[in-house]
Amino acid sequence: MQKIAASQATPPFYRDERVLGVISQIVVVGLVVGLLGYFYNNMISALREQLGVAIDYGFLRSTAGFDIGEGLIEYSRASTYLQALVVGLLNTFQVAVLGIFFATLLGVLIGVMRLSTNFLVNRIAAVYIDIFRNIPLLLLLIFWAQAVFFKLPRVQEAIIFPGPTFLSNRGMAIPWGVPTESWPTYRIVLIVGLILAYVVARLLKEQGKRTGRMPLLTLWFLVTFVGVAIVGWFALPQPLTLTTPELVGFNTQGGRVFSQQFMALVSGLIIYTAAFIAETVRAGIQSVSKGQREAATALGLTPFQTLRLIIFPQALRVIIPPLTSQYLNLTKNSSLAIAVGYPDLFAVGSTTLNQTGRAIEVFSLIMGVYLFFSLTTSFFMNIYNQRIKLVER
Amino acid sequence: MAPAVQSSMRNALPPPSERSTVLGWLRKNLFDGWFNSALTVVALGLILALLRPLFNWTFNTARWEVIPANINLIMRGQYPPEQAIRLWVVLFLLAFVIGFAWAANTKTIRGELITLFAIPLLLMLVPFFDGGIRLNLLIIEAAGLVGYGIGRFVPEKRSNLGVWALLIYAVVMLVILRGGSGETGLWAGVPTNLWGGLLLSLLLAVFGIAISFPLGVLLALGRQSKLPAIRMVSVLYIEFIRGVPLISLLFMAQVMLQLFLPDGFPTIDRALRALAAVTLFSAAYTAENVRGGLQSIPKGQYEAADAMGLSTFQSMYFIILPQALRAVIPVLVGQFIGLFKDTSLVALVGLFDLLGIARTILGNPNWLGTHQEVYAFIGLLYWIFSYMMSYTSRRIEASLAVGTR
Repeated sequence: MQKIAASQATPPFYRDERVLGVISQIVVVGLVVGLLGYFYNNMISALREQLGVAIDYGFLRSTAGFDIGEGLIEYSRASTYLQALVVGLLNTFQVAVLGIFFATLLGVLIGVMRLSTNFLVNRIAAVYIDIFRNIPLLLLLIFWAQAVFFKLPRVQEAIIFPGPTFLSNRGMAIPWGVPTESWPTYRIVLIVGLILAYVVARLLKEQGKRTGRMPLLTLWFLVTFVGVAIVGWFALPQPLTLTTPELVGFNTQGGRVFSQQFMALVSGLIIYTAAFIAETVRAGIQSVSKGQREAATALGLTPFQTLRLIIFPQALRVIIPPLTSQYLNLTKNSSLAIAVGYPDLFAVGSTTLNQTGRAIEVFSLIMGVYLFFSLTTSFFMNIYNQRIKLVER
Repeated sequence: MAPAVQSSMRNALPPPSERSTVLGWLRKNLFDGWFNSALTVVALGLILALLRPLFNWTFNTARWEVIPANINLIMRGQYPPEQAIRLWVVLFLLAFVIGFAWAANTKTIRGELITLFAIPLLLMLVPFFDGGIRLNLLIIEAAGLVGYGIGRFVPEKRSNLGVWALLIYAVVMLVILRGGSGETGLWAGVPTNLWGGLLLSLLLAVFGIAISFPLGVLLALGRQSKLPAIRMVSVLYIEFIRGVPLISLLFMAQVMLQLFLPDGFPTIDRALRALAAVTLFSAAYTAENVRGGLQSIPKGQYEAADAMGLSTFQSMYFIILPQALRAVIPVLVGQFIGLFKDTSLVALVGLFDLLGIARTILGNPNWLGTHQEVYAFIGLLYWIFSYMMSYTSRRIEASLAVGTR
């Protein structure tokens, strides 16, 4: 006993936690910095030997000289590498936004189906989830591209859905609105509508706090916005004209055409991610304990009120963090576009790499972009998490 | 709710019959009100619309002969056929070690073990396997039984012998697969670029999991550490890796890893580079999942461990980690399944794993246009392994009774 007490009074320096802490930190940081520095040095000298210059982003301004299948902005062979990469970035964006939107719809639908008391509906959702969570996304994408979309009939024998929507080996052509002269004005009307809707919602919220009867904020927000949008649509001379695709010779004309590669990539991402979102939604709703629902009923809340005021807010707390990471996963997974031949950021980057041999520069740009998205998202998620976290002591 | 309770009290009906009839089940689960009935009809329609063409394709249209013709490629890639016996030996040893480790850890026979022993026997029923394969499967079964028999003699307090056996096995397996330096004979060297198919996929997954797990736990502890520098290094690593797609890491490992190393450093082979990328990637995700577990441990546990006079290491090893890891078993298994599925990405950097070998087969003019069959089959293989993992995790979860509310 005495021995222990003595050693606790004056611990030798090699057992002093503060000294150990400082030493271990110095060792770890020294190791990491040393290793990275060593790698960097090796890399620089190897690059000097191979390419003459170590690191140089100047190549971004030279002519790319390769074609890109599709893009949202003007691009030709004569454009620069930088422009090529921007085309890729916008393509990644397009895939991510559409993918996230539809994957959320499908995922929530299947997640709710999974909780259905109807045996068949429940089973269908369970089978869907079990199948798509357990096969690799890359396999799904390649299957979808090579076994489905690339095997579609020629344009002349296109599968026509009502709409009309043409599905053929030229991709999917759908009706699409083409902007007229009044479109820029209408865009301003939409923005005004959005601001107005926000103001209305805020005012109603204030009123709700005063009177103690909270109106349906989201509903009023939407009503205001849609109202302004409709009024604007009829007040201005048709901001958009509808063009429908039609068969002309060996191709379709009019409407908007989504390429096979795009369709394969987006549909694969949607189907795969929806399975994960469904599980997230199911787990979130199930995480709200039964007592909450019973207590709400006991207080005399209607089923709708129970859902809106009791179940949803608590389920969302569980759902939102994993849901965000699913969105990020989808965005990062869109880099598999390279397997189906869709020119996203990564695919364009890898072509650039093949042509210029500038591995460091290309990889740093690509990774920087993805990292930027992820870090901004997780920064906001962390703030959100801090706010909704249950506080312990 | 409220009126229903009152009326039932007044009338005091007898309790409903517990007996379930087919009709009662149907009414309760499928035709409970008009909305549910409509749903049932729609669901039935959907199932029929999907299953009819699927059945038709599976039993009439599909050219399944592509699978038996290429089964060796799918299973082991370009691994030389005359050395295939070595793969069987690896499997014999695996069965032996699993049997041994199982018996060393638990003395009771569980349902899972019986399932495990049933697998080789069931595989013997596969129609296109010849006598040689069946004999080998029988040896696997025997090796497993012998291992189990020996394992039963391991005394209770030496149960970690099982873990050691698995570790030793991992090394022995690699040695057997790689072989010596000779060109011919039974012990010829087989470079890793010839390893392929299911063999490569499984090896990447198993070693990826085994190496990334301890790394991830260390990173998670680092992120929770009170020492700012260590915390910083961990956070930077985790956030960087989680922020970029795996495929960019794989490409980087193939293109740039050699640049990082000094001149004259021997070339690291492609499979190893891919393994490094997969492992480093997975470690960051493991770290985040383990952190979730660490955060779920109430402060009182840390304080109690401190009060007992345990050192930081002791309190982590004996008190915190066992609880934290147990809490995140399902998440971790989910992530390991993700890792197994992600190994398919190595096909994009020119390795011949399951997916890569499938693309090779489809490049063969004899098998033009069999995309659906080949992809469906390897999809099934991936599915079976992933599903087995998630099934096991659910059983473990249930037996530890975590996650019940």
